[in-house]
Amino acid sequence: MKPPVFEYCDPTTVEEAVDCLAERGEAAKVLAGGQSLLPLLNLRLARPDCLVDINRLDELDYLHEEAGWLRVGARVRQRRVEESEEVARRVPLLAEAVRYVGHPQIRNRGTVCGSLAHADPAAELPGVAVALGARLLVRSRLGTREIPAEQFFTGQLTTALRPDELLVEAQFPVFPAGWGWAFVEVTNRHGDYALCGVAAGVYVEDRRVRDVRLAYVGAGPTPVRLREVELAAVEDFRAAGEEARARLSPDGDLHASAEFRRHLAAVLTGRALRRAFERATGGEPHA
Amino acid sequence: MREPTRTVQLLVNGRTHTVTVPVRKTLADTLREDLGLTGTHLGCEQGVCGACTVLLDGQPVRSCLLLAVQAAGHEVTTVEALGTPDRLHPLQQAFWEHHGLQCGFCTPGILISLVAFLRERPSPTREEIREALAGNLCRCTGYQNIVRAAEAAAAWMREPGR
Repeated sequence: MKPPVFEYCDPTTVEEAVDCLAERGEAAKVLAGGQSLLPLLNLRLARPDCLVDINRLDELDYLHEEAGWLRVGARVRQRRVEESEEVARRVPLLAEAVRYVGHPQIRNRGTVCGSLAHADPAAELPGVAVALGARLLVRSRLGTREIPAEQFFTGQLTTALRPDELLVEAQFPVFPAGWGWAFVEVTNRHGDYALCGVAAGVYVEDRRVRDVRLAYVGAGPTPVRLREVELAAVEDFRAAGEEARARLSPDGDLHASAEFRRHLAAVLTGRALRRAFERATGGEPHA
Repeated sequence: MREPTRTVQLLVNGRTHTVTVPVRKTLADTLREDLGLTGTHLGCEQGVCGACTVLLDGQPVRSCLLLAVQAAGHEVTTVEALGTPDRLHPLQQAFWEHHGLQCGFCTPGILISLVAFLRERPSPTREEIREALAGNLCRCTGYQNIVRAAEAAAAWMREPGR
């Protein structure tokens, strides 16, 4: 057998689940869709004493809008988000980005919250969360707290979650009128992690760009949002790309050098901004 | 640590099996070792190659990334349920006729992925078929014939009366 020996709890209520986590602390690991954790177990790169499987937590299987926020429960699989008309209409950037996560076989099991909690620096959904200013709702025995996405991702595969906390819900703000969106990335093969990716939102009024939100994935240990690049983009898309090239400091690896990743960031910035602008204006190209 | 085990009922290809398995045992290993269903193959065992793809409640998933205990209460379908040697599934027939396999190791996962894909997209473009196959690796690199076989099967399955 590939995975190391572990104890297995599959609670049926969130209360039980956070009790398990409180009792086990660092020794426990939450199992959601398992599309990142099971490979780590099979490779024995992770050796938790206990798995807390949240797949039986029916109470976290919800996806709906409330007071301007799309609420995604921790049991919601990526495929459901991909196929949801409500998500496509209300948070189209999330709908566009989720299609880039792995393959359908992965998205049938993988969850949105699981991808956020795993915090792979090249993963798509953390980038969307940071670009949109999502809120992460976490629960422990001590209660509930809300963490803004920009404070949630603290390093490579590392988040602000404490060992006794369970990410129970991700909240994405509904797109107001006038905003366009785009998620673009470059991969070696369809379904791979991004060499570099950009999540963009552009607000247009009277055919002029008034506000921009941009987050980069694959360009640092966490999704990166740079206010300077966003401000540059309000004036000029090409200048924003150059600003991104100058300010980002991605690592180079087997798949792409740091320089190539910076180049991709510059090119993808322009591509994402132009597409977002067209969507904000109903098809008008950016001058 | 003592090896924790659990007894679960698994519904596989319409039959219920009661098995006692270590909780860490994957569904893929359990299908092959405990149920003797060796049609499901294991390549990478880290969710990349797709050889172990099975249907879970009708949707394709990696059985190497699922614990057997997690499959309790769900319906599992493996390649053994597709057709018989006398009566092949249209996809199997098309793979036969178009030489859609060389060594055949990746084939079970590809067949299962395509069964689900063609159900959702009965008239796919060639590009869509290629994208649907992206989660299944064939190291003989026989993709041309796999795509042709998928096209032929799709056309056949669309025929009236089928």
